[in-house]
Amino acid sequence: MNKKSSYRLLQGNEAVAEGALAAGINFFAGYPITPSTEVAEILADRLPADGGKFIQMEDEIGSIAAIIGASIGGCKALTATSGPGFSLMQENLGFACLAEIPLVIVNVMRGGPSTGMPTSPSQGDVMQARWGTHGDHPIIVLSPSSVEEAFHYTIKAVNLAEKYRNPVILLMDEVIAHMRARVSLPPESMVERINRVHPNMPPEWYLPYERSATGVAPMASFGDGYRYHITGLVHDAKGYPTASPNECRDNIRGLFTKIERGFREICLVDYEQMEDAEHAIVAYGSMVLSARSALEQLRESNCKVGLIKLGTLWPFPRFALEQYLPQLKTILIPELNMGQIYREILRVNAGKAVIEKLNRVNGTLITPSELVKTVKGLIR
Amino acid sequence: MSQTTTEIRLAGSGGQGLITGGIILAEAAILDHKNVVQSQSYGPEARGGASRAEIIIAEGPIFFPKATWVDIFLAMSQKACDQYSFDIKNDGIFIVDTTYVKQIPTSSAVAIPISAATREKFGKELFSNIVALGVLCEACKVVSGKALKAAISHRVPKGTEKINLEAFTFGQKLAREAQKNHNEADSEAIAADT
Repeated sequence: MNKKSSYRLLQGNEAVAEGALAAGINFFAGYPITPSTEVAEILADRLPADGGKFIQMEDEIGSIAAIIGASIGGCKALTATSGPGFSLMQENLGFACLAEIPLVIVNVMRGGPSTGMPTSPSQGDVMQARWGTHGDHPIIVLSPSSVEEAFHYTIKAVNLAEKYRNPVILLMDEVIAHMRARVSLPPESMVERINRVHPNMPPEWYLPYERSATGVAPMASFGDGYRYHITGLVHDAKGYPTASPNECRDNIRGLFTKIERGFREICLVDYEQMEDAEHAIVAYGSMVLSARSALEQLRESNCKVGLIKLGTLWPFPRFALEQYLPQLKTILIPELNMGQIYREILRVNAGKAVIEKLNRVNGTLITPSELVKTVKGLIR
Repeated sequence: MSQTTTEIRLAGSGGQGLITGGIILAEAAILDHKNVVQSQSYGPEARGGASRAEIIIAEGPIFFPKATWVDIFLAMSQKACDQYSFDIKNDGIFIVDTTYVKQIPTSSAVAIPISAATREKFGKELFSNIVALGVLCEACKVVSGKALKAAISHRVPKGTEKINLEAFTFGQKLAREAQKNHNEADSEAIAADT
């Protein structure tokens, strides 16, 4: 490649792999599945060369179990999968939420349910990412909408997982994962790396689930000399199962509190041409690309339309919408599903603006011209 | 989209190497200091089935990654030609591999038996995608031959650079010959008219 240019042709999945390496991921366990395979393929080559570990597991249940174990052992761990594999991971994902184990799952969405449309784009897993595993639990879900963002959001996902001791899901659609674009990646020295807080007290004083002022407990790695218990049962500060109502409450509420405290930092939102907007398109993933192109055409015909781009889907960044509700007449939500974020918008809107959805589930994108037509229809 | 945007679609059947061809074109565009987005669409099969790569090259920003109004179209199978030629611009460049495309929807197509000529010259059709890039480069000049050659050398398996570059040059030659024949046929037609 031309050495003079810092620009490269990079695929979305390649950008995820590059982001994982830049963020310090040193353990990957996974099972290849379209359309996420390139992430595993690249890391299989690069991680061992970098001193890390790559394991191809027997299935996705084993994959998430392995990254949980690696994370407990002190590694920064990541896996990549798609819908069918993500379904298999749900049980252990709940374990990681309750046991507060940092890890990142990359889920490149394809058409579903079941085997669905393996090579076609979809955004059908938005609610699964939120509620796929049982029980009340907080989760962080980021959704990049360009190749460059796939790189930066992967780093962010790893950092948030470490900081909040929580699983983070990077939810991409096939278009972002497989498209290639001209991007320039920052040098490694410019990349922020956050590491989990390790305990510094003597081992006999250590309480693995005693929350510090930030709401997050320091995490000891197995083998560091801190002997402690990890369980999928609701537990006390020592990590042992408990049936005490107060301890159970503290455990579950504590999971939510740590994420609520970081809410603003976790929420990635961008606004485009919203200053004077009377109408908004709310989009994420590949729908941002259609929306941007539509916006250009709509502005040319003097329609006051803006774009609210959701980079974080969960926790839902409700303020992104709330601040603009007084000025908005209509809001359009294009999605490659039957309307999943649409319901969140309805909830936050509480009847203030006219909300319309545009959905597509045939394995192709909603085009800019369809968006233009729909927005013009709404304005009229 | 602005006037400086060029939308290219390479379509054929899975295994013909058109996605690789698309990646090479996109990389060449970067070497020519242009902005580029490449996307693909393919079926679950490893070989066979419809496959297409789309490349959008522009001076400015590119928003939507899929082609919507195609400037340059390459069809390497009849099915691809039938399915994906509906949104070609009237003045767009239409290139067909007549080895597999027997019914061509326009008389102005650059019609070359790309795969058959490749088989004859190199003994196998493996290099058809690179030959096709040579044809495309000669027929439309959207990216420079120099950049394409550099991108080919970068993307093809190590040790096969030389033969792939030969395939590219061969494609350029095929395009020039086709153009010459086309012009001669044109002047003959004009002469017959007058």
